[in-house]
Amino acid sequence: MEKLSYVGKSLPRKDAEIKATGAAQYAADREFSGMLHAAAVRSPRPRIKILSISDAKARKVPGYVTLVTHKDIKGVNKWPVVMQDYPFLPEGEARFAGETVALVVAGTARAARKAASLVEIKYRELPSVDDPLKALEKGAVKIYGKDNVISSFVIKKGSVDGAFAKAAFTVEGEFSTNYQVHAYLETQGSIAVPEAGGGMTVHSSTQCPFYVLDAVAAALGLPYHKVKVLQTVTGGGFGGKEDVPALVASHAALCAAKTGRPVKLIYGRKEDFQSMSKRHPGWARVAYAADRNGKITACRVKYVLDGGAYSTLSPIVLWRGTVHAAGPYKIPNVDIETFAAATNKVPAGAFRGFGQPQICFAQESLIDELAGKAGLDPVQFRLKNLLNPGDRTVTSQRLKSSCGLSELVQAVRKRSGWDKKAGSPRVRGDIASGIGFSAAYYGVGLGAKGRYLDRAGAYVNVYKDSSVNVNVGNAEMGQGALTVLAQIAAETLNAPYESVRVEEVDSSKVPDSGPTVASRTTLMSGNAIIEAATPIRERVFRTAYSMLTGMGADASEKMIAAGGVFSMGGKSVPFKAVVAECWSRRLKMAEQGWYAAPRTTFRMRDGQGDAYVIYSYSADAAEVEVDLKTGVTRVKKIWAAYDVGKIVNPRLALGQAQGGILQGMSWALYENLVYKNGIMVNPNFTDYVIATTADKPEYDITFIEKPYAEGPYRAKGMGEVPLIGVAPAVANAIKNACGARVKSVPLLPEKVWKELKKG
Amino acid sequence: MRPFALKCKVNGLDMEREIPSSRSLLDFIREDLGLKGTKEGCGEGECGACLVLLDGKAVNSCLMMAVQLHGKELVTIEGLKGKDGGLHPLQKTFMEEGAVQCGFCTPGLIVASEALLRRKPDATLEDIKQELTGNLCRCTGYEKVLSAVEKARDERNA
Repeated sequence: MEKLSYVGKSLPRKDAEIKATGAAQYAADREFSGMLHAAAVRSPRPRIKILSISDAKARKVPGYVTLVTHKDIKGVNKWPVVMQDYPFLPEGEARFAGETVALVVAGTARAARKAASLVEIKYRELPSVDDPLKALEKGAVKIYGKDNVISSFVIKKGSVDGAFAKAAFTVEGEFSTNYQVHAYLETQGSIAVPEAGGGMTVHSSTQCPFYVLDAVAAALGLPYHKVKVLQTVTGGGFGGKEDVPALVASHAALCAAKTGRPVKLIYGRKEDFQSMSKRHPGWARVAYAADRNGKITACRVKYVLDGGAYSTLSPIVLWRGTVHAAGPYKIPNVDIETFAAATNKVPAGAFRGFGQPQICFAQESLIDELAGKAGLDPVQFRLKNLLNPGDRTVTSQRLKSSCGLSELVQAVRKRSGWDKKAGSPRVRGDIASGIGFSAAYYGVGLGAKGRYLDRAGAYVNVYKDSSVNVNVGNAEMGQGALTVLAQIAAETLNAPYESVRVEEVDSSKVPDSGPTVASRTTLMSGNAIIEAATPIRERVFRTAYSMLTGMGADASEKMIAAGGVFSMGGKSVPFKAVVAECWSRRLKMAEQGWYAAPRTTFRMRDGQGDAYVIYSYSADAAEVEVDLKTGVTRVKKIWAAYDVGKIVNPRLALGQAQGGILQGMSWALYENLVYKNGIMVNPNFTDYVIATTADKPEYDITFIEKPYAEGPYRAKGMGEVPLIGVAPAVANAIKNACGARVKSVPLLPEKVWKELKKG
Repeated sequence: MRPFALKCKVNGLDMEREIPSSRSLLDFIREDLGLKGTKEGCGEGECGACLVLLDGKAVNSCLMMAVQLHGKELVTIEGLKGKDGGLHPLQKTFMEEGAVQCGFCTPGLIVASEALLRRKPDATLEDIKQELTGNLCRCTGYEKVLSAVEKARDERNA
């Protein structure tokens, strides 16, 4: 292994100071001369035929400027996501309560909101569907295509019926999970600024600046080179700023195009709840079969996601869920069928884990049940069946190196004191304590279903003062991309870390690099930076060598490049001096880089083949206390271990882990978005509760770094694995503590209590 | 509506302004004063992103009217400084401990922590946890936030 100066160290975050001092400029913080403000007019009902939209009353609000409807769209009224069924603004039918029907532009945000509330929509209500399972029934009201199915996948291997017939042990269960709201602290927002010559610059809080580019160009009917997207400092994403910021930015751009003035559109929290993407509610029926030795022989899954009114990202969320639906085990016979169903509710989309946490909750809960039937400890049972290097996944993909799952399980087992605790749950008074386990894997990057987007660019520019500027196409949203990518650039160039700056994304400076999702940024942008920096590195290193030999260094010794200094035979020269010399020699000190993910072989027909290029892994143990009188669960501690390849910045990785765990725990226990008859009941933080400091468990986190040869400095992907296995670990712990098997998330006290009453 | 003649102190400077009496404190801070470090996360006092110090106490500026500032002293995140005029000790510990991720909740968390440590210099971990329940953070899992506040407390008391 090479000696590294910057990669693998907890170097300070590049953006910490501007954020801690309040100087960082988020979208809402930017001002432009002559700027107007927009506010959305929203559909009041689940499904309506729009008869007319009138701004007669709104016009009386001081500062009112104009109403923007679909008639103002100069481009194509189809938002280009995956399937293009979502109009920028509806023309006849609005398909969920909260959908933007029109926009009002006014002189201030207050005036725009006031005026928007006075716009009158005349409509006729249409029959609607709010339950995904009912949507799939024959005879359901048709709201999407011919059968309300947005998307569907299969994985079929071996003979599942035969395996179940011969099995020594079988389990089956139905599980469900509710929505999760991203609850990024910064709501959605964008500012569109018209440019001379008919162009548009868009400042957007987004994970995916190139999705914004696609959408704004489509809405305005502009060629891409007339649209520029500048990502603003982004106050959290978690998937919630993957697709929908493109819609918000397009709305701002339509208003700016119509008025010829800069227009700011910042969402309030309530409308953000009502109209922006969510984690899909999930429903699954899962069954496993095992032989008498406790080896899993078959898995059958039917998995349904509630996609909401438009397809948005449902097809790829569902596909990821499909691939991972059976869990990280060797299973020879598999039958997985999955569906994303349309309903007249908010379109669900990307959320950390992307279709996996819902099904992981189901299958990891059942794995515990299966272990119980086989008379084995849940950890022993998992160890018998886990995927190890050389094994094949349910899609028959052979895992090569960089698969440390068994070691993760052993690490968590040991650190949590599993062997002592699991067999002996304790009851003290009304409080029962227990411990639960889960294991998960996660395909890093976009995989076979997203392969056309799985590439990334980078631009590295070494100025003559030796400061380094790096442009990438993936976004900082809090996870630490600007820092990690600067470490990779500094390492490759042997430039001092302090001298490297990675900029927020400017769509005009780098080619389309796909979305900032799927834990792909370190891998994709990191590799693109290395490709860009490598030729510069060669020039810098050659120049350093010639400078050192010119200084009389002993050329028989090896030149050492470390920490921004080059040294050889007792002489040394800093990066700064070498760069100055490179410039005086007129060497090329700026380069573009590109990285495209390797090929995958997955077949949609039977779900066989390599689905993802590489996987990250997690193991979790949760220790809980359940109040037997009330069913209230408190998570005391979570032990987790991850194999995400080489850790580029341990402190940031720990932050990702702790944050991901708490998000997973919060979803598992508290977060409960309620719809009644197609209307969201609790679109606010008063009634939709997320974890606070008082709920935080103790964390014990271990990284086992199995190097990935293709990754930048052997890294894989970090962002999502910490969340995926938390809910089933907590559910299994509740079962261990008090015998209650709760099959629906959130694991609310009343559900636990009900199971306890059943005895 | 008649404008209100507001007299107050903002980040150490005396100020007189005519403002609409219906102006919220948050809008006054962000729009009229242009101090953008104070954030709006929910607009209804649930998330703590808009916390500021009013006569040394942390308040949700989205829930107050600007006229309530009359005769009082306001300190926003921009007004929090160290003794040397540089970074405030809490800003330093938040940076050092890795308590800053997306950063949107950070000013509010720092303001809340400062109010607590002024009121209770020897605040325990439990005190800090309780005090910060009004500040939502979706990124960090709170661990590093708590350690940053404890570190600042210890340095202050050293």
